[in-house]
Formats: sequence, C-alpha cells, structure tokens
Amino acid sequence: MKFSEGWLREWVKTEWSSEELVAQLTMAGLEIDAAEPAAPVFSDIIVGQIISTKPHPNAESLQLCQVAGGDHGEVQVVCGAPNARPGIKIPFAQIGASLPGNVQIQQAQLRGEESFGMLCSADELGLSDDDQGLWELPGDAPLGQSLRALLNCDDRVIDVDLTPNRGDCLSIRGLAREVAVLSRADLTPPAIALVPAEHDVSVPVALSAGTACPAYVGRVIRNLNSAAVTPLWLQEKLRRGGIRCVNTIVDVTNYVMLELGQPLHAFDLQKISGGIEVRFAHPGEALLLLGGNQAVLTPDTLVVADGKRALAMAGIMGGEHSAVGADTQDIFLESAHFSPLALAGRARQYGLHTDASHRFERGVDPELVASAIERAAALLKEIASGEAGPLVRAELNIPAPPSVSLRKARLHQQLAIQLDDSLVIDILQRLGLQIVEASDAGWVWKIPSWRFDLTIEADLIEEVARVYGYNNLPTRTLTMPLPISGASEGVVSTSDLRHLLTARDYQEVITYSFVDPRLQESVNPHAQSIEVANPISSDMAVMRASLWPGLLSTLQYNLKRQQRRVRIFEVGLRFTRGTAIEQEPMLAGLICGGRSAENWTDTSCSVDFYDIKGDVSAILGISQPQTKVHWSAATHPALHPGQTTEIKTKYGISIGYVGKLHPNLEIELDLGQAVYLFELKLSQIAAGAVPRHTPISRFPAVRRDIAVVVDDNVSAEALKASVQAAAGEDLIDLMFFDVYRGKGVENHRKSVAMGLTFQSGSRTLTDQDITTTMELIIKVLENTFGASLRK
Amino acid sequence: MDNLQHIAERARRAVAMVDSVADLEQVRVDYLGKKGQLTELLKGLGRLSPEERPQAGAAINVLKQELQDLLQARKNAFEQASIEQRLLAEKIDVTLPGRNAGLGGIHPVTRTLDRIAGFFTSVGYRVAEGPEIEDDYHNFEALNIPAHHPARAMHDTFYIDPGTVLRTHTSPVQIRTMKSQSPPLRIICPGRVYRCDSDLTHTPMFHQVEGLVVDENISFADLKGTVDQFLKAFFEADLPVRFRPSYFPFTEPSAEVDIQCSNCLGKGCRICKSTGWLEVMGCGMVHPNVFTNCDIDTQRYSGFAFGMGVERLAMLRYGVGDLRLFFENDLRFLRQF
Repeated sequence: MKFSEGWLREWVKTEWSSEELVAQLTMAGLEIDAAEPAAPVFSDIIVGQIISTKPHPNAESLQLCQVAGGDHGEVQVVCGAPNARPGIKIPFAQIGASLPGNVQIQQAQLRGEESFGMLCSADELGLSDDDQGLWELPGDAPLGQSLRALLNCDDRVIDVDLTPNRGDCLSIRGLAREVAVLSRADLTPPAIALVPAEHDVSVPVALSAGTACPAYVGRVIRNLNSAAVTPLWLQEKLRRGGIRCVNTIVDVTNYVMLELGQPLHAFDLQKISGGIEVRFAHPGEALLLLGGNQAVLTPDTLVVADGKRALAMAGIMGGEHSAVGADTQDIFLESAHFSPLALAGRARQYGLHTDASHRFERGVDPELVASAIERAAALLKEIASGEAGPLVRAELNIPAPPSVSLRKARLHQQLAIQLDDSLVIDILQRLGLQIVEASDAGWVWKIPSWRFDLTIEADLIEEVARVYGYNNLPTRTLTMPLPISGASEGVVSTSDLRHLLTARDYQEVITYSFVDPRLQESVNPHAQSIEVANPISSDMAVMRASLWPGLLSTLQYNLKRQQRRVRIFEVGLRFTRGTAIEQEPMLAGLICGGRSAENWTDTSCSVDFYDIKGDVSAILGISQPQTKVHWSAATHPALHPGQTTEIKTKYGISIGYVGKLHPNLEIELDLGQAVYLFELKLSQIAAGAVPRHTPISRFPAVRRDIAVVVDDNVSAEALKASVQAAAGEDLIDLMFFDVYRGKGVENHRKSVAMGLTFQSGSRTLTDQDITTTMELIIKVLENTFGASLRK
Repeated sequence: MDNLQHIAERARRAVAMVDSVADLEQVRVDYLGKKGQLTELLKGLGRLSPEERPQAGAAINVLKQELQDLLQARKNAFEQASIEQRLLAEKIDVTLPGRNAGLGGIHPVTRTLDRIAGFFTSVGYRVAEGPEIEDDYHNFEALNIPAHHPARAMHDTFYIDPGTVLRTHTSPVQIRTMKSQSPPLRIICPGRVYRCDSDLTHTPMFHQVEGLVVDENISFADLKGTVDQFLKAFFEADLPVRFRPSYFPFTEPSAEVDIQCSNCLGKGCRICKSTGWLEVMGCGMVHPNVFTNCDIDTQRYSGFAFGMGVERLAMLRYGVGDLRLFFENDLRFLRQF
C-alpha cells in the first residue's frame, strides 16, 4: 500500500525522521518497499493566471497568452494547449524555472514571437498522466504561490508491503496507530464531527446474510453539486495513495477508505428501487459490474441488492447500473462490515481484486462503520454541499473480540528472556489490548476490534517480541541430545552417483519438471501425461514422464551454442499416472560427440552405444556386482530398435533403459548426430549390499582363448551363459576380446573371441583338466549355436 | 714370461680401442674365451715344473683379473652411453595436455544444496524428502493455510486438479515427518518447489531447503542462534544478521532474516537495492495449529522452522546475476562450478 508520509504525520506526531520512520516500520514487520519523493524535482513554478489570449500571427495552433502571477508582472507566453483561455489558473514556469528531467526554462522566440516562460500540464510536471492540456488549478489557488507549496510537494510516498495478517494497517489510521506504539508518540486523529440529518429521506436496510454482514450503516445525501471539483489537497493524497481521481463522490469515499480503512460505496439514489437488502446471490443471478463486465454470481457470493436486483458485489465491486456518474446529485452512501470469512476468495473467484476486497478479506474494524460514514458525509458537504439524511443502521450481533490469555512462563520459555511484567503490559496496552484478568501466572487480554490477527497466545508473544525488537532478544546455541543414528551401508547415496558421473566427464543439469507436451509425446508416446491445469506456458504444460525430454532440450540448447560434445545427467522425479500419480526418482544421462574432448593424441572418435553402456555399468557397479543384473535387447519408442537394452535385476525388476536415440527423433529434433541416452530407477541402483569376503584361491589361474564363428544374431550374453554352464564353477572369468566380421568369415556370421580364465579353489588344474573342459565348451557351442572354431 | 707381458700389452690396447659392445665381446673371446690366449697360457701351465708353476699361474691370474675388470668397465661405459642416448631420444614435450582430463561438474544449485545440508547434518539433522506433486492438505491445510486464506495469494500455485498441487514449498515434508515420527525432531527438507510466476527474478521452479526442530523447551533464541550460525558458516564471513517480524501462517512468531549485503558491506548498492541488507530466509516458531494437525502436544513441545531459497543463496555466493541461468543449463555456465 502506498501512502503520503505527510498525511501520516498529520495523524501522529512522531519525532522520527523520514529515514527512521522507514527503518522502524520495516523492523516492526511493516516492510517498506520504497520511499520516494511525492513529486519530481522542479522549481520556480508558480500559480499563474491567463489574463488574455490572442492568436499567434504565424502559427495556427499557438496562442499568445498574457500571464499574471510572475515576478515581473504580466508577461507574454506562447502556448499551444487547446484549453488555454483567459481566466484560468495554471502552473506557470517562469524564466529560470526547471522542470522534471532538468529542463531549464529560458526566454525564447517561437515562430517570431517572444515567450517568457511556459504554461504546464500535470504530465509535464510528472504529477499525472494527464497530457490533455494545461493543468487547470482551482480558482482559489493564490496567484503567485509556489506550486510546490500549494501541492505540499515536499512529501514522500511510502510503499509498505503489508503481510496478510496486518489488514489493520491498510489505512493512515492503522499505520499511525502502529507508529504511535513504536515511537511512543501521540495519535492526533482529526475530529470526526457528526453530521446532523437535514431531511428524513432514507432507504430501509435489511440484513439477510447472517454473520457475513452483521453491520450496515447507510445514509442518503441529496442535492450534491455535481459541478464541484475535488480539492487539490484531497486529489494529491489520493494520488500519493496510488488511487486515481474519478469524481467528487468516489474520491471522497476513497479518501475515507485510505484514511480510516473502511471501504465505502455510493449508489446513485435514483437507481435504487425499494429498500436495500444484503443477501447471498440467487443461483445464476447476474450483475453488470462497474466497467461493464457481466458476472454470473454463485450462491456463496454476498450482494447488496434492492427490491429488484443485485446492485453490488458486497465488499468487492459496485454494479454499473447503480453507479454514481458525473451528474449524480443524490446518493445512498453505504458503510458496512462484511466478514473476512464471507469474502475470502470471492474476488479472486471472479478474477477481481479491489481496494475494498483487499481490506475486507483481511478484516476491517467493525467499529468503524458509523464514524466512516460521518467522515464521508462531512467531506461531501464541505466539497459539494448537499443535504445529509438520517443514519440508517442495521445491526445483528457482532461477535465480541476474543479474549486471549498470555502465560508469563510460556512467554519466558518461548523468548528465553524474563521480561518485566510492566514492560509486557505497556507493550500490549499501547497496542490497544486491555487486561481482562491478571494473576501471578499471567493475564487474559481483550483484543481490540481492529486486530483480526490476534487470536491465540503465540500471537501475543509475537506482539511482545515484535515491539520489544527481535534483535534485542537473546540468541543461543541449540543444545539437544546427540544419539548416533544408523545409516545403511549398502545404500548408495545420490551424491556418490553424482560424483561418479562427474568423474566420468558428465555435467549435471537441472531442467524443469514440466515439459513440452509434444516432445513428451515423441519421447514417451504411451505415457499418460500428468497435465498442469494452469501451466505458465504451453511448452511447459505436462509433468515429465521421463527425464529425457529435459536432457534433449538441454542438448538442443547447447548444440545451438556451438557445444559439439555434450555429456549431461540429471537426478529428479519422473511423473506418471498409473492407478494413482506416481513420482519416481530417476537418474538419466545423455552423451553425444567425441569420446574424449578433442585433443592432440587421439584421432577424434564419436561415442557409440558401448561408451554409454560402460558408463551405466560403472554406475551399477557402485552398488551391484555386474553379475547381479541382466542386460537384454529391448525396444523403447524413443530409442533405435537395434541399439536398445533394458536392464533388469535378477528378480526381473526393470532398472532402466540404455540406447541410441531413434533416428526419427534425431531428425525431428534437428540434432544432426547420434545421441545416446540412459535412464535408471534410483531406488534400484541405490540398493546395494554390504560387501562379503570370499577367500582368494591359492592355486594358479590358467587362461585359454578361443574364437568361434557364429551367426550374427547370436548375442554375447547367450554365448557367455552357454560357456558358463558348460565350464562349471572353475571358470572364474570370461571376457570378450574381439568381435570380427569380414574377410575370412561368411556373410551374416561373426567371429567372437573369448578369453577364459580357470581357477580352482581346491587344487591346481592340470593341462588335461583344461583341455577336457575346452573341448566340452566347443562341443556345446557347436550344438547350441552352430558355432565353428576359428583357427 | 715375456710372452705374458706381450699378451697383456696387446689385450689392454684391444680393450681400449673397441667401439662397440660386439667388438668388446670379441676381445673377451680372443683372450678369455675357451681358446683365448690367456686360457691357452693357463692350459700350458702343466708343461712347467712344479716349482715354476705357482708363480706363473699367479701372474696369469692377475692378468686375467685385470682384463676382466677392464672389460666390465668398458661394458658399463657402453651401456651408460646407450642409456644416455635413449634418454635423449625419449625426451617429450611435457607441456602438451594429458589424456582423458575431462571432468564434469555438479550443478551449482546441487552444490549449494549439498553444502547447506552438510552444515546441518554435521550437527545431527536428518534429511527428509517428499513428493513434489502434493495434495492440498499437506501443502496448505495442515500448514494452517485454509482455502481462500489471503496467504494463498502469496503462493502462485500450479494445480494438477483442484485438490492436487505442485508443492509451493518443502513444508509439506515437515508435516509428513511430524505425522510419522515423534519428537525430538531435527530435519532439513531440500527439494524442488513450484510457483506459477516467471520473470526476471522468478522461475516457475526453484529449490528450497527448510529446517525443522521440535523438542521440549525450544525457544526463539535457539532459532536465532541456529540461523545466525548457519548464515555465517554459509557465507564464510562474520556478516551481521538481523531478524524482522513477518508473517507466515505456519509460524508464530515469524521473521524474515536479512544478512548485511556481502557486496557492499552495508553501504548500499544495486544488489541490496541500496538498503545494505539482503533478505535471505524466512523462519519462525512452529504455529500451534500446525502441531495440533500433526498430533504433537503443544503444551509439551515447541519448535522452530526456517526456509531458504537455494538459488538466491547460490546467486549471492557465486556472484550470479541472473536467476534464469540456473535452468538454461548452458554448459559454458555450468562448467564454472
């Protein structure tokens, strides 16, 4: 909320400087976002008056004005404003004056005519957006007076960012109350005189919404001068409060709202038929709002209605039909208490947010209704004359403000300081609380009607702490018991996995959890995507069903920035819809480009499937021995059907996929090179085991190599399984050291070379043992795969 | 024995004159080989009288030993020369880069998260995590933010459906922990959070670390001490820290925490918007309604909670000027960490 510092100081006589005021409010929890001069820098601008005008002899759009009020009597000023005419008072920048933006006014010749200064619009002075012509000042503005003095420009506009609990500070009155408490200064509110009834015209009011509207005060004011102009001082206070001037009636209601915190509403009396009723909307009831939007009301919406229809959305916005206009003379003024609960969320429901709804949602002092309407009536009479009618009051039971107890022991425990009773009492009493009961153990306090946020003991503790000053309270080091808690040694931390990958030259990335639905569809066409109901943009509209879309987008981003070798990984949740929403932590990676960074030793060689498989093997190796997982050829919609593997645990649970990006996607995403991906379930790779020692054999190991020629489609995994089964437990290692296709091997066949290492735990294997086993292995391979031994 | 002296002279000369290991070997064969000249002399000792024999034998053996030493010395010299030559030939440019020097890196947000977690876990806090798609109850209701509460406007919430949201803070993890475990509790909750807001200073996803301590006799002073010590440790500087009253529905009293601007040391600059202070955290004493929602006895226990934006801390720590850099994942940016 913005407000004029000068206005606040009318209400509270604090000795704080402007800087102190800002600092103290901020430190009391009323955070000041900005404090800026109320008007831009300008000088030597005075109230001038146009005495006479005549056309410029050389320019149709210009006039020669004789202007009075300046230091040198009447002078000629050339002016192009359409409203320049004799009699009006205007801001007059004399020679030597400066305008905002450091514009210096000098004597000038305009199309051959001398001009001794400049007549200004409000826009040129930085005081309004109005650039329609000269700013016509009120007729009673003293001729020759400095404009800065006239407008009280040496003021500051303070913007306070109030938290939702401090609705009581959404007015000059509330802020002044706070400043008075904090600075121990006196409140000096203006006297609010009762405006006596001058006639007996009134509108009956019925309250039919129970606690939603327990108090309503209304008053007819007739014969307002529709030509009256809102005085400058009031206009300026509104402007500094961030509120635009509309017309005298609306300006006054806004003024009272800013001053006291009570939103008011003025209806055009002529548009009301019958009495006023505050009720909930009828189902489907329509209301044309101010500004012309048609709202269809839900039955939980509170309305102010007359005998025929809803006139206003109570506490939120008035209706167009009964709105006051430029020629309104008779009004019905409303000052009502709408409960926060009844209005909570309503404005938002209709896409609205108004100064009134902002206040009512946070709580407006119910005791304000009568004084606010008196204040408004008095101001309206002062500005636009008019005759006030009798006050119409409708009241149900307003719940009494609660009483809250505060225990001294609790206060002491929570703040870790023993505050004197007198200090606690002083702080709370200054805040407007009253002692209901006092005992050795504590007090019961009556909460003032404006503090909707004080309902429990903790709230009072906060108030004491806040006014005492958080930074004056003690600080201590937390002490707690230090039990040793177990951590499973077998579980691999995500941090370990991250470091493994960075050691293998992968860069961690963090991508958004919401992705482009089209990319998701390409990568996971079978996924039932979880849509965000209110996405920030259409390309961030679904929750990722895989980490791959984010990695692929990151790849695209970097390829466009001349990064040719990309090795990235991410850890995070993927979101899928099964019977319920599933959120599974995943580890995913992507590589493309050179196997190693381009360097002088190696010829550049691009990564292939076995590079990423090696990386994934290392990841798995950190928690699982290689023998515990199974890799098998598989398919995945995003991957090349001939270069995809699914990894499973020995229990057949899927750990994840590794493979080459499908060429279709490679083209669709315009990547221009082979890309390899993996994605693994973190829960599966993190679950390792505690190592268990097995004795090392004391007997020598023997290695034998064989190469067999088999059909192309025989997998290494199958060969290995077959060899292991035939060789028995003395085969302790089997590695593939060559796979060859080409000259010397028939088409569609390949030569696979294996190194077999044998070792027994109980004896030295003889040549004969090994030879027998090898012959058996070869026999089995011949029978199973049609293998032939390659000589 | 003239002959012996003669042979000795010739042998010494021959050893001195050879210029290869092969020639040296030939000299050895010529004199000390099976048919070498000295070997022949030794064989001829039998022809001498028993009186002459010891003296002549000794003389030959002296020469033999001398010759062997000479040959060995010469051989060593050749080998040394050969090694010297190899060393010269094998000299390389050690200033050229090494192989496979590539090293990836951890994202700066993770790095910051890990650091923050490290401070707290080292004094006994445990890390708790939870779902990112949350239900309204855990994200709002249980945290004392009922439907339509004005505080909901503080959170621009992404919805999946009316009762399901992308968590707007990691506080729901506190609720889940308090519901499943009993005090004393010391946890931190790191993770991704989401707010429907995107501009220069907001990204729709960011990271938070929240902390929660629940035990008997926990006070606001404990909270102040914890936050103060953490911030000084995080920034590795003895910067002033201040607490400002604020409002969060789930804490009472509540505070915002400012640290003196590390850039200008309080003088006022662009980063601190001329205030000299940087807002870095929110915190407070756990609201009794939150405890009640989690079946924790508010008379017996009290607690505090705090929360911070990880990106904000990372920006201050590493001098990153634009929040959005964290999620663009430009490798040239990421490699700097």
